[in-house]
Amino acid sequence: MISDGVEDEEKWLAAGITGLQQNAFYMHRALDSNNVRDALKYSAQMLSELRTSRLSPHKYYVLYMRAFDELRKLEMFFKETRCGCSIIDLYELVQHAGNILPRLYLLCTVGSVYIKSKEAPAKDVLKDLVEMCRGIQHPIRGLFLRSYLSQISKDKLPDIGSEYEGDADTVTDAVEFVLQNFIEMNKLWVRMQHQGPAREKERREKERSELRDLVGKNLHVLSQIEGVDLDMYRDTVLPRILEQVVNCKDELAQYYLMDCVIQVFPDEYHLQTLEILLSACPQLQPSVDIKTVLSRLMERLSNYAASSTEVLPEFLQVEAFGKLNNAIGKVIEAQVDMPIAGAVILYSSLLTFTLHVHPDRLDYVDQILGACVKKLSGKGKLDDSRATKQIVALLSAPLEKYKDIETALKLANYPRVMEHLDDGTNKVMAGVIIQSIMKNRTHISTVDKVEALFELIKGLIKDSDEKLHDEIDEEDFNEEQNSVACLIQMLYNDDPEEMLKIICTVRKYILTGGPKRLPFTVPPLIFNSLKLVRRLQSQEENAAGEEVAPTPKKIFQILNQTIEALSAVPVPELALRLYLQCAEAANDCDLEPVAYEFFTQAYILYEEEISDSRAQVTAIHLIIGTLQRMHVFGVENRDTLTHKATGYSAKLLKKPDQCRAVYACSHLFWVDDNDSIKDGERVLLCLKRALRIANAAQQMSNATRGSGGSVALFIEILNKYLYFFEKGNSEISVSAIQGLFELITTEMQSENMTPDPAADAFFASTLRYIQFQKQKGGALGEKYEPIKA
Amino acid sequence: MNYIIGAFKPASNISITFSDEKTRKKVPLKKENGQTVMVPLFQSQENIVGQISVEPVQGKKIEHNGIKIELLGQIEMYFDRGNFYDFTSLVRELDVPGEIYERKTYPFEFSTVEMPYETYNGVNVRLRYVLKVTISRGYAGSIMEYQDFVVRNYSPSPPINNSIKMEVGIEDCLHIEFEYNKSKYHLKDVIIGKIYFLLVRIKLKNMDLEIRRRESTGSGANTHVETETLAKFELMDGAPVRGESIPIRLFLSPYELTPTHRNINNKFSVKYYFNLVLVDEEDRRYFKQQEITIYRLEETS
Repeated sequence: MISDGVEDEEKWLAAGITGLQQNAFYMHRALDSNNVRDALKYSAQMLSELRTSRLSPHKYYVLYMRAFDELRKLEMFFKETRCGCSIIDLYELVQHAGNILPRLYLLCTVGSVYIKSKEAPAKDVLKDLVEMCRGIQHPIRGLFLRSYLSQISKDKLPDIGSEYEGDADTVTDAVEFVLQNFIEMNKLWVRMQHQGPAREKERREKERSELRDLVGKNLHVLSQIEGVDLDMYRDTVLPRILEQVVNCKDELAQYYLMDCVIQVFPDEYHLQTLEILLSACPQLQPSVDIKTVLSRLMERLSNYAASSTEVLPEFLQVEAFGKLNNAIGKVIEAQVDMPIAGAVILYSSLLTFTLHVHPDRLDYVDQILGACVKKLSGKGKLDDSRATKQIVALLSAPLEKYKDIETALKLANYPRVMEHLDDGTNKVMAGVIIQSIMKNRTHISTVDKVEALFELIKGLIKDSDEKLHDEIDEEDFNEEQNSVACLIQMLYNDDPEEMLKIICTVRKYILTGGPKRLPFTVPPLIFNSLKLVRRLQSQEENAAGEEVAPTPKKIFQILNQTIEALSAVPVPELALRLYLQCAEAANDCDLEPVAYEFFTQAYILYEEEISDSRAQVTAIHLIIGTLQRMHVFGVENRDTLTHKATGYSAKLLKKPDQCRAVYACSHLFWVDDNDSIKDGERVLLCLKRALRIANAAQQMSNATRGSGGSVALFIEILNKYLYFFEKGNSEISVSAIQGLFELITTEMQSENMTPDPAADAFFASTLRYIQFQKQKGGALGEKYEPIKA
Repeated sequence: MNYIIGAFKPASNISITFSDEKTRKKVPLKKENGQTVMVPLFQSQENIVGQISVEPVQGKKIEHNGIKIELLGQIEMYFDRGNFYDFTSLVRELDVPGEIYERKTYPFEFSTVEMPYETYNGVNVRLRYVLKVTISRGYAGSIMEYQDFVVRNYSPSPPINNSIKMEVGIEDCLHIEFEYNKSKYHLKDVIIGKIYFLLVRIKLKNMDLEIRRRESTGSGANTHVETETLAKFELMDGAPVRGESIPIRLFLSPYELTPTHRNINNKFSVKYYFNLVLVDEEDRRYFKQQEITIYRLEETS
């Protein structure tokens, strides 16, 4: 039977429309022949279709709209011709209709013409109409009838400046009329829920929501009345509306109407009547979603405050914050069942409001957070996702507003609120904080702040105690840690002493992070420290003799320990790189022992930890590169280190790797801008060794694959030869180069040679280079002259 | 041919005219045959003046035993068919016995005629006023001619006209208080009032105000009562709740009402009632009837 409902409804609607059209046709015919009596008769019959109880509001609306169109035409007719009837007669005539609903529709229609004719004061007609409409007690029919009344009367209210305003007709009458219509409509609307069987309650509530705009429209009309000034709004309009809202004791209506009031009336009115408006909130039904209402209100006020700075004094004058805060407290108290999320939404809105209106009052912000903490206390970590989301919003707001984490760090209650977040969200929040810092490029410059900040984001810094085996998405984790790394870079203070303290603090925190985090967090700390070292160095140059507590040495000690922590991970490659970086920095500071120590650590790592051959190759090149630039070492130390490096090079697994490492080592003995390190003999030794290895590689390749490998190695070595030749290494003779040329040419022409275009091109370039140098002439040209390519 | 036709024609044409025929107001009157004719309107104490003219058919003479005009006020009960009761009977002799050869006119006058009752056309009873001209003839029967006229009597606004106010109800079910602004209404009056719901525990569907006419004729065991609903006016649509007040405004002018007639010549009475009817969703009717008085107010225009 229920399934037939929709079909039947369609049928009823169709029948209704047919009946309506038929009578409308006769009505038009009567109008055309100026027959008022018939016109009224048929229009009443037409309107009788609206007496149906079978249609849902939605369908009823369709029917109503059709009737509405016809009534408009009827109204036009009355306005224009009236067929000799006086409007007063007409006003009586329509009331002869026996059925109340058509009668009232007609009465409203003629009433509209009556007002327009100005033969009677608008207020009297309006009052009569709104009173007579009481006859319709059926909710849907009553709502539509009154909405019709509202529709036809809204341009005829005796508003200020309206043509209907007169001595006797004041804006008070207009307001009174609209208010009364509103109150009656609301009563009908609220009553709807009690009519019909209980099992259809849900459907009825849905239908009710569909009808709500009919009721709300009245508030809109009120807001459009020019004459409603602040005084009238405060003394009449708002109290009357609120009285109705509170008294109707209906959840749906209270929520909707409060929202309507907030949305339709101007901001400055709200501001000036805040107390009245807010005092209604605790009186609403406990199930009403006041939080949304209040947060919309605060949102509006926030926007209002944001719209212009001129209005801010108004806020102060009415103590908006105090009132709102108070009201929220009361609401939370009154609605015991309000979920945490609701309370947090309220606080969050209040916070937004405060940030807009009182950006200078950090104490307000803290107060709000404090209230929030109080509400959350004893709840432990929240598992309600909505509440969590709201807390994140709550905590993010000050960050966005102040664009300065330091402000947030001053809020004592901030971390206490954060504590109530679950781990995941805590991390998200920490992420938000870091984002904010990054976005605003805030430098965190004191130990206290760093401490507070790291306390805030500790969710990212270390594993929580509870969930040891949390399954974390690797990508997320990496991202989190990268952001922490970024954050570390943002810590800065001009004062080296303070900076050192910061570094120590950070170090303390990151060392608790466990092996997974260290690879992310240690490098930025190291580099930040190295930055400090460089700064110290330049300061020393500028202001030598000044007492500076933190010395580079001290820092290097800390760094050494920090890098050591990485061994627990272990990430030897990373540690090695960091050691080398430190060594280089130490080199710049002329701290030989320190640099030596770092190198030693690096070598130890190379020997003990780096076993992967590819990693070894990379590492050895790094070592060679770094070592080459070191100028702080004495002969002995340098010898030890270079010797070791050469040794490592020769012990690499693959021959080509060996070869390349060895010829790279040649640079260790020849530093261009340092005359003390120009050992041509050992350079040649290295290169020769490299040649030997290259040969061996070639033979090996021949033996195993049956074809010669690339000649690339030879060409590379040739280039090294040329380099040192150019640099004036006397050990490199023209003949050696010449010999190498021949060797390469032979190799390239040999039959079992695999063609290698890259090697060919390389060789060709090399030749071109020599040619070029020759042509260019000069000292270099002469030097190249003997070489025949 | 002419002769033959003339034989069946009445021997004369009698016409009755009123001296103020042109200025007097005429009102419609429904005749027995269903036709509506316009007849002059009088009220009590008026002079009824006019003339009758008798015109014999061409070339004939009328011999008569005298001509008279009567003014009759009659009450006719339909269930007692043909039995007229004349409550007023005035006679004027217009001519002594003689012969009429040509058209002859006779003026007549009834001065300040007492006509206490109004013309009334009911379901079971009719009260009418008629002028009856009789030309008595010894043979061939008398020639008679009738002229109806209507009498309406006006009353001033009653000095005391209390409202009707009453609280009624069914215990624990429905309590209402209604108020009609007057107890006496004139025919073009407007009923203003309201119904106030003190308690509503039943699901009402609608509420109507009916105007009912009760016509009782005869007396004693022979009393016939006929009740008609003349107006059925919907006051409310839907179910009200406690505290609602529903306005009443009912214009009487569209309805065919007459003044209340109480015990007219001991023959009949016509009374009017308001009947407030509440209908619930199961179509049960709850009603309360109140007698009202309807009178004819002197029209000022």
